[in-house]
Amino acid sequence: MRINSRRRSAAVAGGLGLVLALTACMPGDDEGTEGGGGGEAAGSEECEPFEQYGDLGGTTVSVYTSIVEPESVDQEESYDLFEQCTGATIQYEGSREFEAQLLVRIQAGNAPDIAYIPQPGLLQTIVRDNPDAMVPAPDETEANVDEFFAPSWKEYGTVDGEFYAAPLGANMKSFVWYSPQMFADAGYEIPETWDDMIALSDQIVADGGKPWCAGIESGDATGWPATDFVEDVVLRSAGEDVYDQWVSHEIPFNDPQIVEALDEVAGILKNPDYVNAGFGDVTTIATTPWTDGGFPILEGECWMHRAANFYQNQWPEGTEVAEDGDVFAFYLPSMTEGTQPVLGGGEFVAAFDDRPEVQAFQTYLSSDHWANEKAKMTEAGGWVSANSGLDVENLATDFDKLSSTILASPDAVIRFDASDLMPGAVGAGTFWTEMVNFFALDKSSQEVADAIEASWPAS
Amino acid sequence: MDYLREYFSWLFGEIGDFLTNATTTPHKLTLMVVVILLFVLVMGGILFAVDKPKRVPRWAVTAGFVGPAILAVLFGLVYPAIQTMITSTQNRNGTEFVGIDNYITAFTNPQFQVVLRNTALWVILVPIVSTFIGLVYAVLVDRTRFERLAKTLIFLPMAISMVGASIIWRFVYEFRPAERPQIGLLNQLLVLLGLDSQQFTLNPPTNTFFLIAVMVWIQTGFAMTVLSAAIKAIPDDIVEAARLDGLSGARMFRYITVPSIRPALVVVLTTIAMGTLKVFDIVRTMTGGNYQTSVIANEFYTQSFRINEQGLGAALAVILFVLVIPLVVYNIRQMRLAEEIR
Repeated sequence: MRINSRRRSAAVAGGLGLVLALTACMPGDDEGTEGGGGGEAAGSEECEPFEQYGDLGGTTVSVYTSIVEPESVDQEESYDLFEQCTGATIQYEGSREFEAQLLVRIQAGNAPDIAYIPQPGLLQTIVRDNPDAMVPAPDETEANVDEFFAPSWKEYGTVDGEFYAAPLGANMKSFVWYSPQMFADAGYEIPETWDDMIALSDQIVADGGKPWCAGIESGDATGWPATDFVEDVVLRSAGEDVYDQWVSHEIPFNDPQIVEALDEVAGILKNPDYVNAGFGDVTTIATTPWTDGGFPILEGECWMHRAANFYQNQWPEGTEVAEDGDVFAFYLPSMTEGTQPVLGGGEFVAAFDDRPEVQAFQTYLSSDHWANEKAKMTEAGGWVSANSGLDVENLATDFDKLSSTILASPDAVIRFDASDLMPGAVGAGTFWTEMVNFFALDKSSQEVADAIEASWPAS
Repeated sequence: MDYLREYFSWLFGEIGDFLTNATTTPHKLTLMVVVILLFVLVMGGILFAVDKPKRVPRWAVTAGFVGPAILAVLFGLVYPAIQTMITSTQNRNGTEFVGIDNYITAFTNPQFQVVLRNTALWVILVPIVSTFIGLVYAVLVDRTRFERLAKTLIFLPMAISMVGASIIWRFVYEFRPAERPQIGLLNQLLVLLGLDSQQFTLNPPTNTFFLIAVMVWIQTGFAMTVLSAAIKAIPDDIVEAARLDGLSGARMFRYITVPSIRPALVVVLTTIAMGTLKVFDIVRTMTGGNYQTSVIANEFYTQSFRINEQGLGAALAVILFVLVIPLVVYNIRQMRLAEEIR
């Protein structure tokens, strides 16, 4: 799956309620600086890049997203300069029920101006089901995307040859979290190949430890972290061409190569010697919240936890994420020499109106200018972009720099999260639930693949 | 129809915008005047109608009282119900007519068969168990010294929302390996007894029973209250006569108490059954419908909104609707019977 604050926050909703209440009480400070006429509030030098958008004073652009507190704070701050210089107001609304509510709003004729859609599959569904709702991206946005993004990213925002949505943030999912201190004390090396990683796991078992910990519980989206693991393995064991065929259903879901990948996952996550360090037996993977999945690393009970770059935000407060800190992540090694498959994700900026201020904002978000602005506003780290105009030095943490470097590496073969590309019945349905059954009911790889294939929509 | 819908959504959009989005001062003032005028108009109309009762024909009065309710029911209930039935015969996004394909899927796909089985378990177990416990409890505490306290205790869960109750019970069922400090009450008890801790919400099919326990916990209070009132309403002379005839204890309960409160029992059973058919919150909060615990209402939401299979979702809603109808009919008939007896 993808970065989704809704899910993360859903798991900690109790504690977050307080935070929400607190932040809801103090919206004042950035309101004060904005809302003036065109270009009077900020310095003229800062505003120079905004001249191309013209004076948008008095206009409002509504933005609807799945990015909620705390991430939304940085997100909104990154629009301040745009608001000050152009005079437009950005009306930001984050929702934990984004995916369901966006469709409802579109069907009710009440679509937002702009929505950040994290699943290209959903983007396609919207365009095909509601032909008049979404507006193709303006030429300026397209020019930005051509300049700053790899062609595959543009492809994900394109439906039936028409370019609609530019990428916003990105995430990099092929990471394994570990404790540098524990590795150093035990004399373990960071594995360079898949076989090294398995050998290391066996070594840890031989030394009396349990190497892996995992958790895939995520409310009504339970199962998605396991789909990421499977996708990462398919990308490594079968290669990116098979991956593409798998996503587009040119080969069935229960193709032997996919079943093989599931077996490979089972070899790690369903191996009672390997898991579930700190939580219990294999079935606890299904009930452990994904937000807590890596915590046993901090207690020295678990050695490795495969999770995306945004897991960085899940570590308890005070955890130092650094190569010499409490936790850090290494790249999930590839299975063949000389390739660097990367599983990624991200949001896409779709517009439902073509007023000038909407198009201006769309264009701004696709620019290198915004990417750097956002990087500067994300003081605590936890955000990267696939925008090649992003200056890595602007990123807050070493870890974000690592993520960004891997995403931008010329060797990287980046593929988008498969479950976000597949039809909803699979990608947000049976793929999740069958992965839960994979662990909870000990269904075999073949049974899981067969069940998902059976649920693939006919048309 | 589409044109009408568009027109209404535009009209309501404009009006709603005017009524809720007052940002400038003149707009706010105009809005104030409009609202005052509306108030004067409505109040004036009412006062006028009250003052001149003879001038208003009977049909107008009837229409005035019943009309709004009928309109609301038509718009809010009948229209969506028909729309849902139509949607249920269409494909994922309503572009194609598929006949009864969605219903066939709902009844033949193993995934949905589990859902139907669970719903059946819920509808059978929750009313029977909670009514039984409620009845026995009501009889046991009836006319004892601590009746009020005992009743309050069992009634308390009624005051907790389904979601709240589910979160409480999630903590009760919370799992940790036996060798670790426990968070869950139930597993702590097991560990104290020297047993292994259990994954209560994970292992089917028993996990459904643990979810059902939550609903029973909530509904027992309702059953107890209604039945207790019914028991108190049994005329003293009947009880007296029975006692003179030598009835007591279990036989009194079997031959006097239960037959006397039969209408109340039926109403309680059917009311709880209807509530149970619609259960959604408990399943969604505790397991999210995972681990084979899903029920129709939860699956309907998942299909319609998360997976965006609107035809299938609508079909599930219609199945739920059809299942509720006999219960509602029976419930209403029993209530009428009870009223006639009174």
